[in-house]
Amino acid sequence: MGYNCVVCVKQVPDTKRITGQAMKEDGTVNRAALPAVFNPEDLNALEAALRVRDVHGGTVTVITMGLPAACEVLREALFRGADAAALVTDRRAAASDTLATSYILACAAKKLHPDLIFCGRQAIDGDTAQVGPQLAEKIGFTLVTYLEELTLNGRTATARRNVGNGYEVVKARLPALFTVIETANHPRPNALKKAMKCKKARAPVEVAKAVEADLPSATAEAKAEEGKRRCAALAAKGLLITQWNLDDLQADLAWCGGAGSPTKVHRIQSIVLAGGDYKEFPPTEAGVTQLLGELIEDHTIG
Amino acid sequence: MIEVNRQGEVWIYAEQEAGKLSDVPLELLSKGRELADQLQVPLGAVLLGRNVSDLASQLILHGADKVYLAEDAVLGHYQTASYTKVICDLITQQKPQICLFGATPMGRDLAPTVASCMRCGLTADCTDLEIGEHTEPATKERLSNLLLQIRPAFGGNIIATIVNPHRWPQMATVREGVMRMSTPVPGRSGVTIRCSVNLTGMPLPVEVLESHRRPKKVNLKGARIIVAGGAGVGSRENFRPLWDLANILGGAVGGSRAAVDLGYVDHDHQIGQTGTTVRPALYIACGLSGAIQHRAGMQEAAKILAINNDKDAPIFGIAHYGIVGDLTEVVPRMIKAIRSGASITKAAEAAAKA
Repeated sequence: MGYNCVVCVKQVPDTKRITGQAMKEDGTVNRAALPAVFNPEDLNALEAALRVRDVHGGTVTVITMGLPAACEVLREALFRGADAAALVTDRRAAASDTLATSYILACAAKKLHPDLIFCGRQAIDGDTAQVGPQLAEKIGFTLVTYLEELTLNGRTATARRNVGNGYEVVKARLPALFTVIETANHPRPNALKKAMKCKKARAPVEVAKAVEADLPSATAEAKAEEGKRRCAALAAKGLLITQWNLDDLQADLAWCGGAGSPTKVHRIQSIVLAGGDYKEFPPTEAGVTQLLGELIEDHTIG
Repeated sequence: MIEVNRQGEVWIYAEQEAGKLSDVPLELLSKGRELADQLQVPLGAVLLGRNVSDLASQLILHGADKVYLAEDAVLGHYQTASYTKVICDLITQQKPQICLFGATPMGRDLAPTVASCMRCGLTADCTDLEIGEHTEPATKERLSNLLLQIRPAFGGNIIATIVNPHRWPQMATVREGVMRMSTPVPGRSGVTIRCSVNLTGMPLPVEVLESHRRPKKVNLKGARIIVAGGAGVGSRENFRPLWDLANILGGAVGGSRAAVDLGYVDHDHQIGQTGTTVRPALYIACGLSGAIQHRAGMQEAAKILAINNDKDAPIFGIAHYGIVGDLTEVVPRMIKAIRSGASITKAAEAAAKA
């Protein structure tokens, strides 16, 4: 008997690679200069799910909510071994905070009837670490945060959690949601065969865009027909990425997007460093002595 | 969610482990006290556990007007489900306007679950909190006395201020070490309110089999002087003079994430967004470029001395004193100068006259 695993992943701007060019002169972030990447800890979440499937069998389905471009991370998950992928994309989901996001993800995850859900602990763009716990609450799963090791026995999970100043071993009843940290495992690389096959995987929204590019002068009906044909061909090969909008998920719109988000942005400030405003001392013995003298004089040291 | 309640109290969650309060609730009490005074409402502390009633008086001495105490054998170990239930019941009864949690591993497990259950907003990892006005962009509705929740975002490259205008309580987790700890006021009085715990019949989905905690070996938060090194230090051996300088100054040693990842210094010493946040009297940054993630953890230091051979390193942008030079030469010179003493005294006298 295998486990039905769902992994929630996110495409994020690579905030760890922010360099000079990524910051504009006015100190704001030049998002265009930042590559979009698979959120690092979501790769650990995927690896944890793949290991469950390796040992017990079952399936691994990755889901993401985002723009159609987020299909990139879904494909990457397929390359690494996920069985299926689903994209939740809807303009009405824009401006969702963590509460609205977790509600929408709960609606999506419910459709897949998982035994286990895996999320990365946090995403590097917001660093909130809130969506995992809130998704667990919304879907009614047992929450186990900061997962490092997992063993399953029937409907019981034994998990080692990293609690910062040590660890805990807990027994948790399934269905359960785990947030996974970067020290849990080493994500496996792409499987070459899988990558060769799944690089052609597309979601309907991407197919429609390709049709638009290929047949710019065709009628709307002809485009729709061609889109349908291509989607059917992909589906036959198991390469069609599932795509849901909020209607497909029967989501209550009052809990989605900006309307469903209690938190609002009041202000955004960019960090501009005022440079050069320090007192410089030469690296010589005299310079060092003078500096230390100043620090003693103002009672910082001594 | 609860309705907007302008008379509602300000609450802090008094995290305890094995019957001991950490620094976090004391940090929350100092900020909570400010907010409550500004709003002219009482400051409450919510304390859950088994045999923890002794801690209530500590919380009162540190600034709480009321302690909501929930004691039960079931609450002996922290568990998401039981703690969430008790706290949500209390929020529903008492309708506080603000609830603050530490952004600790426990707080970041508990607070999102409570917020989801209450269907209210939550801002993670705040570095500052203020009371202020907010105008809704769509409706132009002007709201006063809202909690402005200030936090770094986008890898620390922007500072976002978040509000939660309508769906209360206004909840936030607060980064450890950023707020000052409250100092106890001897003789300060307050009330302890024992809360009934209604968990009968509630199946707990988690059972704690083992719990291993080790106290942090390094007390970075308490250090007056910190000597920190980055990737530019070059090796674990090259860190040695930093240790010597810290020892001679009675300080502690810190490292950037890069230095920790490279194995120059152990993880307990990490300072920055993913490590400890510090605010020492003097921060000596050696071979540290000053990546934004690191600055997030140390820029509140009263004095920053940067030593780096790259004069364009961003660390100089926040430094008060700078030495452009090779740290393997500069640091030993500092140690030597401190050991010799006399010449520094002269320099200090000269600085005093200047």
